[in-house]
Amino acid sequence: MAAFDEMYGMGDTARPAYRTIKSWLDQSDPENLKRRQKEAEFLFRRVGITFAVYGDAEAEERIIPFDIVPRVLTSSEWGTLHKGLVQRVTALNRFLTDVYSGGDIVRAGIVPEDLVYQNPSFRPEMVGVKLPHNIYTQIAGIDVIRTDDKDFYVLEDNARTPSGVSYMLENRDVQMRLFPDLFAETRIQPVENYPDELLATLKSVAPLTSPSEPTVVLMTPGPLNSAYYEHSFLADKLGVELVEGRDLFVMDQIVYMRTTRGPKRVDVIYRRIDDDFLDPMVFRPDSVLGVPGLISAYRAGNVTLANAVGTGVADDKAIYTYMPEIVKFYLGEEPILKNVPTWRCREPDALKYVLEHLGELVVKEVQGSGGYGMLVGPKSTKEQIDAFRDKLKAHPDNFIAQPTLALSTSPTFVGEGIAPRHVDLRPFVLSGADKVRIVPGGLTRVALKEGSLVVNSSQGGGTKDTWIIEDPE
Amino acid sequence: MLSRHADNLFWLARYVERAENTARLVEAATRLSATPVPYDDGKNEWEMAVAGTGTLDLFRKAHGTEANARNVVDHLAFSAANPSSIRQCLDIARFNARSVRTALTMDMWETINSGWMETRGVTSANLSRQDLSDYLSKVKEISLRFDGSAYRTMLRNDAYYFLRLGTYIERADFTARVLALKADVLDPNRPSAGGSFDYFQWSWILRSLSALTSYHWVYRDNLKPNLVGEFLILRAEMPRSLVSCYENITLFLDSLSRDYGRQGTAQRKARVTLGQLQGTSMADLFRMGLSNFLNDFLVENSTLGSAIAEQYLG
Repeated sequence: MAAFDEMYGMGDTARPAYRTIKSWLDQSDPENLKRRQKEAEFLFRRVGITFAVYGDAEAEERIIPFDIVPRVLTSSEWGTLHKGLVQRVTALNRFLTDVYSGGDIVRAGIVPEDLVYQNPSFRPEMVGVKLPHNIYTQIAGIDVIRTDDKDFYVLEDNARTPSGVSYMLENRDVQMRLFPDLFAETRIQPVENYPDELLATLKSVAPLTSPSEPTVVLMTPGPLNSAYYEHSFLADKLGVELVEGRDLFVMDQIVYMRTTRGPKRVDVIYRRIDDDFLDPMVFRPDSVLGVPGLISAYRAGNVTLANAVGTGVADDKAIYTYMPEIVKFYLGEEPILKNVPTWRCREPDALKYVLEHLGELVVKEVQGSGGYGMLVGPKSTKEQIDAFRDKLKAHPDNFIAQPTLALSTSPTFVGEGIAPRHVDLRPFVLSGADKVRIVPGGLTRVALKEGSLVVNSSQGGGTKDTWIIEDPE
Repeated sequence: MLSRHADNLFWLARYVERAENTARLVEAATRLSATPVPYDDGKNEWEMAVAGTGTLDLFRKAHGTEANARNVVDHLAFSAANPSSIRQCLDIARFNARSVRTALTMDMWETINSGWMETRGVTSANLSRQDLSDYLSKVKEISLRFDGSAYRTMLRNDAYYFLRLGTYIERADFTARVLALKADVLDPNRPSAGGSFDYFQWSWILRSLSALTSYHWVYRDNLKPNLVGEFLILRAEMPRSLVSCYENITLFLDSLSRDYGRQGTAQRKARVTLGQLQGTSMADLFRMGLSNFLNDFLVENSTLGSAIAEQYLG
């Protein structure tokens, strides 16, 4: 299947946005590029930008491969994307506010009741809790792809604890260190202000009773977590304490951290830990990562959790299929970003179609993430498809299916030279009390295996620096 | 700052310092073992090196009573069974550093992380003398770079103070431990064993504490047991002496109490110890028994560590 290439389009001459990249690649000696690629790997290792892969004890700490060829978008392409992202995340926050208060959208018959209230990520504890400024997902990562030079499609909304932003920042840093000349030739919108924007966002959503300079902390499950590097990186850039559950305690529904000067009150917790582990008194009683009493302090309005508890109900893949309707329902606007056409296997007609076309479709678990538990029909053997068919028939509600999209490709350095590889893009959308902030660009993920469509780092994906440049003449 | 982070910093510094000290001990033993002079006081140089780290019981459990270059180098540098081996120290230091990334500067973190990566592949199997020497140099370099980058790049606030407290408590412990091991040969009233035996004992002490050259600069004299003792206990210009360690400990504890606006047991204890060190002489120490003094000091020093933990790190 021919895919749209970010550099060549569907033809063989470079698109204007990629002129600089093209001439740079043409003039570069592959040996030199190879050296630079090695150097990049060395830099990442030395800084300790590693991640852990679950179930892979051998490779306790791996680095996500960094590709030295940047991915380029023009300002006007970004402009459209930006508008679409603001619209989509605004709708997500409206939806979450609604399902935890009145439930208008369910009563209007737009989204089926059971998909919301029977959803394992729906948190009954949150019903009737009033959040400051009605913001649930302060930090969202929206995965978008394109299949031509016009439209962007949303592949997935990540409204819980999206990760990867540290790679966006480090990739830029490393790219500038390795190829300073490239940056002299092109005006690229900066991303380094992300931590400032994030901190402003977090402060803006502090409890209404907080002091004017609220105390913000970042909460991590600890050094063994796969994204620990990112947690410490962000806390450092934000200038806030990186806390674990055992550093916090709750007294009279107020959250404190244990410091060398005694207890200090905490107002905003940017938590990078799942709902289930937040508070053993409310969620999993066996969790040692959480803070007993945290949820009672939260419900009393004495602390802000970012993201809010219960946002998972909005980024579920079943709810995803209703996003165009959700945007229209709350905002009265046409969605700017499209959804990938999706079959809901819970609907008998759709299921029938999916079962008949398994070989052509991508089938995903509604609750899955990280590229685990999915079937990519055209890349699977007959045995794999048959095995998946049985799983699907047993629990059709758990699955959705999408056509195998020709994700755009982007020139990528592989082994000896440059070759096209499929990419997606995860911009990070920050929703504060005052406004929505998006640093131009995001994290481009690239499937390094030839022909592969799976960009997840746990499945052999890499990342690229992402440039938003001025529109070429 | 978070109590847990302060605790991590304190121990990070202790483990880095311990790795360096152990490397110096192994170097001193290697050197002594290459010396042609026969001497014997029941312990050979390898066993002394193990005793210097306070892990003799552990060593004997694993290797019996026979201490030689091979099993001691393995025990002190690489063993997973010895929680104070250089390898373990660097592993724990890196784990702690990862846990307090936000309290470290980039230079400090990179020193620990890249040092850990560069040394973790080295094992005792097929290790030549040259390999060992390179390895020990690398370990010392990690500690020196860590120390230097802390000095040059860290903000002077509580994080820095806790880090330094860890360094000096560990250093005082090590100096006292090495001296305690040889307290008997430092007594000037003891009958000389004659020949070069005493000289090698004294120079081993100084070498293990990187103090041989500086001894000559301070005293411009050949090695004398009471001067070796004085140099390592009472001379403030010697950065590994007990009094110098306690000047620093007091300084950083006072900085903490000034910043935090209150003081406690740790400050009082440290000042008492410093006062004792400043108010005494070698003659006094020999009168009360050098060995007794050093053993008391080791206990006091470790109690101070607990007092700091109690007051700030709990």
